[in-house]
Amino acid sequence: MSNKQEFLQSVRESLKKRTKIEYPKIPTYEKENVDLKSLFEINLKLAAVDFYDVSSVEEAQKIMQEKLPDTKVVCSATDEWKGNKDINKIARPQDLADVDLGIFRAEFGVAEMGMVWVTEKSLKVNAIGFLSQHLAVLLDPANITENMHTAYNIPGLFDVNYGCFVMGPSATADIGAVLVRGAQGAKSLTLFFLKK
Amino acid sequence: MKKVNIEKNAAAFIYQDDVHVTEHDKNLWNARVKRDKAASEIPEWEELRNLASAIKEHTLTHLDKYIEQFVENAEKRGIKVHFAKDAIEHNAIAYEILSSHNVKNIIKSKSMLQEECGMTPFLEEKGINVLETDLGERIQQLSGQLPSHIVMPAIHQTKEDVAKLFAEKIGTDPNDTDPSSLNTAMRNNARPKFLVADAGMTGGNFAIAETGTFVVCTNEGNADLTASLPPLHIASIGIEKILPKVEDLGVFIRILSRSALGTPATQYTSHFSGPRAGSTMHIILTDNGRSKRLAMDEFWTSLKCIRCGACMNTCPVYRRSSGLAYSATYSGPIGIIIDPTFDPKKYSELPYHSSLCGSCTEVCPVHINIAEQIMDWRKVMMKNKEVDFSRRMAFKAAGVVLSNPKLFRVVEKVAYNAINILPEAITENKTLDPWAAHRKLPDVKKETFRDWYIKNRKSNEQ
Repeated sequence: MSNKQEFLQSVRESLKKRTKIEYPKIPTYEKENVDLKSLFEINLKLAAVDFYDVSSVEEAQKIMQEKLPDTKVVCSATDEWKGNKDINKIARPQDLADVDLGIFRAEFGVAEMGMVWVTEKSLKVNAIGFLSQHLAVLLDPANITENMHTAYNIPGLFDVNYGCFVMGPSATADIGAVLVRGAQGAKSLTLFFLKK
Repeated sequence: MKKVNIEKNAAAFIYQDDVHVTEHDKNLWNARVKRDKAASEIPEWEELRNLASAIKEHTLTHLDKYIEQFVENAEKRGIKVHFAKDAIEHNAIAYEILSSHNVKNIIKSKSMLQEECGMTPFLEEKGINVLETDLGERIQQLSGQLPSHIVMPAIHQTKEDVAKLFAEKIGTDPNDTDPSSLNTAMRNNARPKFLVADAGMTGGNFAIAETGTFVVCTNEGNADLTASLPPLHIASIGIEKILPKVEDLGVFIRILSRSALGTPATQYTSHFSGPRAGSTMHIILTDNGRSKRLAMDEFWTSLKCIRCGACMNTCPVYRRSSGLAYSATYSGPIGIIIDPTFDPKKYSELPYHSSLCGSCTEVCPVHINIAEQIMDWRKVMMKNKEVDFSRRMAFKAAGVVLSNPKLFRVVEKVAYNAINILPEAITENKTLDPWAAHRKLPDVKKETFRDWYIKNRKSNEQ
């Protein structure tokens, strides 16, 4: 197997032929007077996310019961919402395979994309974000950033081992270029604006 | 390696029926139209393309430094980094890691690098089961074909083709051609396999030097399932995927999926900065010809490619011939300029599979001068005599004739006579020129443009 020095040596050999290019300055392209929540909502719609303003977890639970009346196994990664499967007692991530509705609180939203940032802290077991058939996500409306530049400028973003921008339910267009929601991950994503 | 006969392959796709080429063309053009709409909604779109190009060129011209930084930071976070100079080493490393963990079943998400290395057939030969989890890749795996597009691997197949395939392979109703129910069938078929896999393998769209993080972009959520279930995660990453800083991602995530499919981003943009608790994470940092490409004056900027597929969606030749015609890991315009770096003989005909219209260069989000590089590859092929004798002579003759006005005028008249005298068996002979099939030469006027111009010059000048 190649060692690091040999590996780097062939790159250095080639670089003798290249002129060094400067690193550019990257603006954040923030716009004036942006209503972050309305912009976020426009893009949530594009990503097929149902969203609601609620003032309590009970209100959100009622909406989910009406939306998905057949839900049996509910597992929540946030203490605010009690499910009937305790995520703290999961031995292996595979044990989440029977979850109908998975719940977590996202850390922030990105207005430009309609996506939310989640990490191993907000998911507790990462697989809950992907094995659950449906997702309900809580988000504090005060935690919305304008675009990808402002999002990636948030300090300490990668202090965790895993972080993911989730933009709606999973999707594919691999058969006949027809868009289908619910490929391998969640089939639906419902977002609740709820203050932390 | 046998030379790829791209014209023959394209003809096979085009003339199989009236449906495939029309659907293929329409679906890809739709993606191009959606790309234009998405781009037009971002006022700073052109600035983002310039930035993306500059960041890539900066990184590539300082690549040794950024590789070292990336490796140091990834190792600090508990990721084991391996170095593979070529495909053989890549596959050997992957197998070594897998066998040391007694892995029998792998789930993997789409990785063009693993395709490039021929990893799946290699591991299967060693007795390891490999499951492609991306729907399009799974369709291709079951079809025994290479992916035909870097973002939409099975775009050359119709829903009827997929219904037939799934009926055969996973027992669905052959008459059910609804994409939604076909998708559900595969979801239900794949899920139990996700749960028993011993290892997950992914690629990486970007790798960040300052943090040692790698980023994977998917729409299906399959990469996250792949990474969040088994106790072992191996990522294959090409050295050109490295970016210096976290803030660079702001630029690239904004342009990647907009260029690819016209969506703001992929459904999942996943960032791996270390192994999750109780699991092991490996990166196989791979060169496989990239450092050699970096030294090529005309072609090194092809390393800027972020694999969005915009050049394929817009290419009038690709849209009609399909990606399978290229018989290569990378198809379309980007394939034409990358594939010959792996094997200049095998892929020597690819640079001629282009109208040189330049649309690929126009849409490339990182400003790769693709059309120019296609032209430059033609020059290389001519110089290396990789091109058929007849075509070489034709170009040579054209060069002599076009650089001599008097000779051109004579030849013009001779050609008129020849076309009108020679039988179609010669002028439209499929064996001499595969492009002649199903095409007719236009009628040629006896009056040349020069004759017409001399006659009409006076009246035009008034």
